[in-house]
Amino acid sequence: MSNLQSLSYYWPELILTATILAGIIADLFYAPKESGKTMYWILGGLILAAFAMKLASETPVVTLFMGTLALDPFAWFFKMVIVLGTVIVLFMSTKSSELRNQGVGEYYVLMGIMVFGMFLMVSSIDMIMVYLAIEIVSLMSFILAGYLKHDKSSNEASLKYVIYGGFSSGIMLYGFSILFGLTGTTKLFEIGPALAALDGSADFAVMISAVFILAGFGYKISAVPFHFWTPDVYEGSPTPVTAYLSVAPKAAGLALLIRFFSAVFGTGEDVAAGIVPVSAALPWPQILAVIAVMTMTLGNLVAIQQDNVKRMLAYSSIAHAGYMLMGLPMLSSEGISAVMVYVVMYLFMNLGAFFIVMYVKDKKGGETFNDFSGLGWEMPLVGVAMTLFMFSLTGIPPTAGFIGKYYLFASVIKAGPSFYWLAFAGAVNSVISLYYYIRVIRHMYLEGERSGSIHIPALTTSLIILVLAIPTLVFGVYWTPIADWVSSSMVFAIPSM
Amino acid sequence: MENHLLSWIVWIPVIGMVAVTLIPRDQTNAIKWTAAAAAGIQLVFSLILLARFDLTTGDFQMYESAQWIPSLNITYQLGVDGLSLPMVVLTAILFFIGVFVSWNINKAVKGYFALFLLLDTGIVGVFLSLDFFLFYVFWEVMLLPMYFLIGMWGGPQREYAAIKFFLYTLVGSVLMLIAILALYFTCGQTFDMITIMETASPNLAGVTWWGLDAMKVIWVLLFIGFAIKVPVFPFHTWLPLAHVEAPTAISVILAGILLKLGAYGLLRVNYAMLPDAVWWFAGSMAILGLINVIWGALCALAQKDLKKLVAYSSINHMGYAMIGMAAVIAAGEVNGSNYAAAQAGLNGAVFQMFNHGTISAMLFILVGVIYDRAHHRDINGFGGLATSMPIYSGIVALAFFAGLGLPSLSGFVSEAMCFLGAFPVFRTIVILATIGILLNAAYFLWAFQRMFLGELNEKYKDLPEINGRELFTVIPLAVITILFGIYPWPFLKYIGETMNVLIDQIVAVGAIAGVM
Repeated sequence: MSNLQSLSYYWPELILTATILAGIIADLFYAPKESGKTMYWILGGLILAAFAMKLASETPVVTLFMGTLALDPFAWFFKMVIVLGTVIVLFMSTKSSELRNQGVGEYYVLMGIMVFGMFLMVSSIDMIMVYLAIEIVSLMSFILAGYLKHDKSSNEASLKYVIYGGFSSGIMLYGFSILFGLTGTTKLFEIGPALAALDGSADFAVMISAVFILAGFGYKISAVPFHFWTPDVYEGSPTPVTAYLSVAPKAAGLALLIRFFSAVFGTGEDVAAGIVPVSAALPWPQILAVIAVMTMTLGNLVAIQQDNVKRMLAYSSIAHAGYMLMGLPMLSSEGISAVMVYVVMYLFMNLGAFFIVMYVKDKKGGETFNDFSGLGWEMPLVGVAMTLFMFSLTGIPPTAGFIGKYYLFASVIKAGPSFYWLAFAGAVNSVISLYYYIRVIRHMYLEGERSGSIHIPALTTSLIILVLAIPTLVFGVYWTPIADWVSSSMVFAIPSM
Repeated sequence: MENHLLSWIVWIPVIGMVAVTLIPRDQTNAIKWTAAAAAGIQLVFSLILLARFDLTTGDFQMYESAQWIPSLNITYQLGVDGLSLPMVVLTAILFFIGVFVSWNINKAVKGYFALFLLLDTGIVGVFLSLDFFLFYVFWEVMLLPMYFLIGMWGGPQREYAAIKFFLYTLVGSVLMLIAILALYFTCGQTFDMITIMETASPNLAGVTWWGLDAMKVIWVLLFIGFAIKVPVFPFHTWLPLAHVEAPTAISVILAGILLKLGAYGLLRVNYAMLPDAVWWFAGSMAILGLINVIWGALCALAQKDLKKLVAYSSINHMGYAMIGMAAVIAAGEVNGSNYAAAQAGLNGAVFQMFNHGTISAMLFILVGVIYDRAHHRDINGFGGLATSMPIYSGIVALAFFAGLGLPSLSGFVSEAMCFLGAFPVFRTIVILATIGILLNAAYFLWAFQRMFLGELNEKYKDLPEINGRELFTVIPLAVITILFGIYPWPFLKYIGETMNVLIDQIVAVGAIAGVM
């Protein structure tokens, strides 16, 4: 579809762009103290964009801008998840004491731009567009991570992020260039058949490029061994940013990974049917499975040793990236939908956990385990909600986290005995993770003084906690709406060449 | 109510829990009575269930089914048969008694009783659910309250005990989850336990994974999951710690019911769904049972802490049940089609589960009684208590004698049945296990002698006698122990038909497979 024609399908992004620009301009007129109001522009833009997407959800599956972007239910699903996550993080940010003492107009604008970048990420079907999308998101993340300009660790976080980001996108770009050299096209759907036509004559080059590209994507979702930036960045960034980085770009990265690998190297079902003959020299399902196991194991083992809850959650989010990767080696429709279900469940529980860490730091002045001592008695709502989030992150029913894990395990078991070891690794890791998640609960309830007085958070804070806690519990018992949404979103754009 | 009796039994405690959370935290009496009312209503309903139970069939009764998550074929499905019925009644009795045992809890009363009732629902839910997913959810729902109940209201090492219990159980659970998923995909994507019981065996026949028999792999995964709960040696190390650290009522629940969940799971899932593998594993199970018997008894003999002694006696007693369960293969053709032996073994095992539930509950309550008065449990620290607390001593004597299997008390009947059933097939093991009985008697009698006989320890000459509330919690259990010791038939009548169905299933596959 030509560029002009495409615009009529592009309303959500156009609305978002317009409100971002309006936000920038509006911010100029706000007094520094009032710069927080910019948030409402971005919030409004996101809600309007979501509304526009909802209206357009009936449109046929098309590709836009000369075949660089796909407009399909799969992308739509992730865009909605990203909008949902962003809206929650926007509200979280208004409660952040770290951000309170400085101008935050740009902060919200940057977040809006990041959403735009992620919208591109989840729908791009062209290597150039993939690269541009990742860079938009990365650049915004760098600035957001370093947003506390007087805070040394925030600056360190930003710098580390830039260096790692620059390096891995360079490697990824190199991988792209190899693919382009082999096939002469940047369009993902043309690369697949072109690779098949090579007939195994360039196996080694294909494998090198796949590994390099994986490095780029792996960096985005913080998969081992591309995760080194994660703990420091997560610990140093303002907590809302950490929460955001651990959810939204990760979801977008997974979407991109799914789309890229299934378009270029074929889905599990395609491979089984012999449609895209992935050469024997490229065992990428096994590579992905090994990366998944390494990611979850390392994340969990290191998380055990942390004394800072925020840093512990950073490592735990690495582990969760590992769980999500469990769904990918097969690239079966079960695997992909399992990842999608997990992303939704993970959004609520992880944002909830980070929000409570932020709140506790605000009230207690720290975010180590000791700051949580006796918390359950002093702040019953916070304690109960955090207990719920921790159990959910561990994956114990009846919580959302269990349902997410259930789908992942089921997709692995369904793939047959050759991947059973992956399910075992995931199961063992769940048990390991219990050890550090329950440490938070132990501190909250079993240690510290039991205070006589009860602290009740402000109404808006309580509301944010409830908005995150209730779905964490309810989706653990009744998740048919999510399951239906995911299964109706399992439609991918078919290339029109 | 008419058709949803089982749902009521499962969910009444949760209703009670909600009621408890709505009561202001300083009104402790209202909280306690609400909890007692919830447990009491559950007990009444379970007695109604007992009255309505059809003795002539071994199939599931009072069946309830409703859609839950259609896309995954998950249903809300409950049913009761001769295996789950006694367990449900036992649970209801012990939870009702448990509320009164917990009467002196004074720390965070509201939280305690709310979690206590949640635990109740989790346990009854496991016994009654016929959908594997539901089963698993209930199985895991137990963990959270148990963690807090041990960790918050327990003894000095409570935190370590609680986390150890949690980690051990979770290892078992995740292995079980994998096994459940494997069954789900091999049995036509259903969680319906009845369907799986019918289809698992033919569908898995001849399937191999990495050169191993799929059926055996699944069996072992499930076995580990359940064995941790029983607990079977070498998965038992969480138990003494958890029992000793837990508050009295929770020890009662742990020993009385939680351990039964493991054995129940073995019969309900391993035996009924994968009967073929029973033939392959029965021998190992008998040996593990024997180790439990001997090891548990030796450890109990070495204990100085009375509660730890009782905890190890649980390991010892569950060993008898394991041996009884293994005896089911006696009914096979190779073993001379000794149907009566299989019946004796299997009925004995379930009876032993029930009896251990009542006897160990009694023992733990009695340990709690002396601990409340003396504030320690060192067996050697007492002496001559029989003179200062005659009624208490008498009841302890009864409980100890029940524990060591004195004829005319219920423990004797079930242990004898287990041995009778197992003797034709596992002669050596049974003979060795009788040594366990000897040790069993030794540790109980020796402990009794040290605590109650001999010179009266002056420090404790003014200990108050067991009071009315405590008597109220022990007497019903003592009555059950004596009643079933003299006249076990009413109990066996309830479970017999279901056990026959189970034996038939196992014999049938044994005939097809030509016995592995």
